[in-house]
Amino acid sequence: MIDNLKILLHQGKQYIPDVTTAKVPDVFRGRPIIHPGKVDEKELVELCPTGAISASPLRIDLGKCTFCGECAFACPEKISFTTDHKIATNDRQRLVIVEGDDSHIKLNPDLIRAEISSYFSGSLKLRQVSAGGDNSCEWELNACGNVNFDMGRFGIEFVASPRHADGIVITGPITENMAALLQICYDATPDPKIIILAGTDAISGGIFEDSPALDRRFLDKKQVDLYVPGNPVHPLTFINGVLELIRRRK
Amino acid sequence: MLLCCIADDAAGNILVSSALVNCSQTLPSFTAQRLAFHKFEREINENFGIEYIDHPWLKPVRFPQNRATGQSTIANYPFFRIESEELHEVGVGPIHAGVIEPGHFRFICNGEQILHLEIQLGYQHRGIESLFLEKKKLLQRTTLAESIAGDTVAGHTTAFVNLWETLCGYEADEDLQFTRTLALELERIAIHTGDLSAICTDIAYQLGSSVFGRLRTPVINYFQSWCGNRFAKSLIRAGQNHFPFNETLAEQLLKMLDAFEPDFDEMWAEFHTLPSALSRLEKTGVVTKEQVSNIGTVGMAARMSSISRDIRATHPHDLYPTLAHEPIIKHHGDVYSRTHIRYDEIKQSISYIRRLLEKIPPENKDRKALKKPAANAFSISLTEGWRGEICHCAITDERGELVHYKVKDTSFHNWLALALAVRNNEISDFPVSNKSFDLSYCGHDL
Repeated sequence: MIDNLKILLHQGKQYIPDVTTAKVPDVFRGRPIIHPGKVDEKELVELCPTGAISASPLRIDLGKCTFCGECAFACPEKISFTTDHKIATNDRQRLVIVEGDDSHIKLNPDLIRAEISSYFSGSLKLRQVSAGGDNSCEWELNACGNVNFDMGRFGIEFVASPRHADGIVITGPITENMAALLQICYDATPDPKIIILAGTDAISGGIFEDSPALDRRFLDKKQVDLYVPGNPVHPLTFINGVLELIRRRK
Repeated sequence: MLLCCIADDAAGNILVSSALVNCSQTLPSFTAQRLAFHKFEREINENFGIEYIDHPWLKPVRFPQNRATGQSTIANYPFFRIESEELHEVGVGPIHAGVIEPGHFRFICNGEQILHLEIQLGYQHRGIESLFLEKKKLLQRTTLAESIAGDTVAGHTTAFVNLWETLCGYEADEDLQFTRTLALELERIAIHTGDLSAICTDIAYQLGSSVFGRLRTPVINYFQSWCGNRFAKSLIRAGQNHFPFNETLAEQLLKMLDAFEPDFDEMWAEFHTLPSALSRLEKTGVVTKEQVSNIGTVGMAARMSSISRDIRATHPHDLYPTLAHEPIIKHHGDVYSRTHIRYDEIKQSISYIRRLLEKIPPENKDRKALKKPAANAFSISLTEGWRGEICHCAITDERGELVHYKVKDTSFHNWLALALAVRNNEISDFPVSNKSFDLSYCGHDL
């Protein structure tokens, strides 16, 4: 008993008091900025491992970006990554960063379905489905609930059964062998429900985009409520994105 | 051509034999004589259609997209069955209760007792080995290596870059080797600590779960301060280093470890003497030395049962020759052995890191460029990841292009050990047994 109390005392305060203002170290690669100036655009397009960079005008698609930072190493005057980790949005187009754009990535309020804030603003239970995820996004989603990030304080939790869930969080590029099971899990979740794509692999397929072992047809006719970029997603990106999605708007 | 590579731990080398076979040929199996071959022959059968006449368990491995056994699908896996009035089957997964990867466990139980467990995998198959051939850029291949198993980024990426540099006739500078060795040991500390937390979770020990869980955070946050990614993605590159190590980073690392160790030791001291915890860990999920030796497990799943198998000691790569690694061995093969080994290995990794930091090699600012891979070459690379041995192989054609790339994650050997461990256990002990192995689904399914 005394030993237990001692352990608790020695841990001190571990939680991040305010996740909306938490900072990450300078070397972290969050939202990139493409600076003005001449550069061999073709070289940058060719360099990117996942085709996230396209030319004229030069732009980076964070839904495809693995945040490896190689473009910034090759052309540091042209591309730099900021520590801005709030990069989740519900607008797929907003993930495309164009030259000269240094504005924060926000959610598009017009795309948020009315029932989301009325049903989920005080409590959101999520079922996670890993469909070819490499277990880094899965570790980070688990970390969202640990004593440091403590997502549970906002009423956001991962639950065991889709029957208890208000939505699903997909990680991984959606393999053919998981496609049918993902559909079953989604169908088992009661309405109204949301879909969150967590990580670059889930948003675009990432490095696996053109693999014949994928089957991404599940996403064809669905509205995705939140895209959370990252390789893997950072817990702060995920939590802040979800909080923005479910908060009450006037 | 069929290549068979077996590591000789005593001599510290790798024995390679090759034979020409026709895919339509029917072969006698090695498995009939030595169980350790069973998975490899199943894989050869599934990928290339070679039939074995006397293989006792010729079942699908992962249902790859380009399988030769095209008629079988993941939905109709041929499970072992026992017809009986007394027994019942329990299916768990592929989607599990927690936030983990998918895989299906089919139990045959007598009441609460497990008689048999069959593990069906393949849900995570992304076609990695084919993509290694299709993606032509080195950065794409490195990204693939980082994605084989996102919990073993340092392990798989080190295996890849060491293989690639060998193919290119490139000798890695000491600072590159330093980065790889340090990353491997840090990854071991991070994941082992996270696993200790998860083991506590599975026996409903809240204090251990929270404290070990939060102790993992400074370790992966250290990766984030070093290379910008909590899982060390983008840290390890063939013939390159974007994040040279320096005195400031060393200071930060020592500070982190100095803060980590007392809290970690204190929590461990409480946890490993707690009767209610020990009663769930001891004699649960036992795999004997004989079983382990028959299955041919590697890494922690061998060392838990008196078998010294550790690439860092037998085939040392990067800076491991200077560390003169001595593997940590346990003898009971139970959940407790697999828990204790993690504590000891974390302590050992910390002492290795302290030794590495005594001599930080300077960054080579005048690095040679990588050449093209050699033509008609065969290269094999062994790395000891936190789970155990990782093996990558590559074959090039007359133009130096990859014609075959093979990845073997630790888990490929070890899943069968979990299936045997839970026999005659209560089914309620399955989660903690499973977690004590913590095997990779995506590393297996590729």
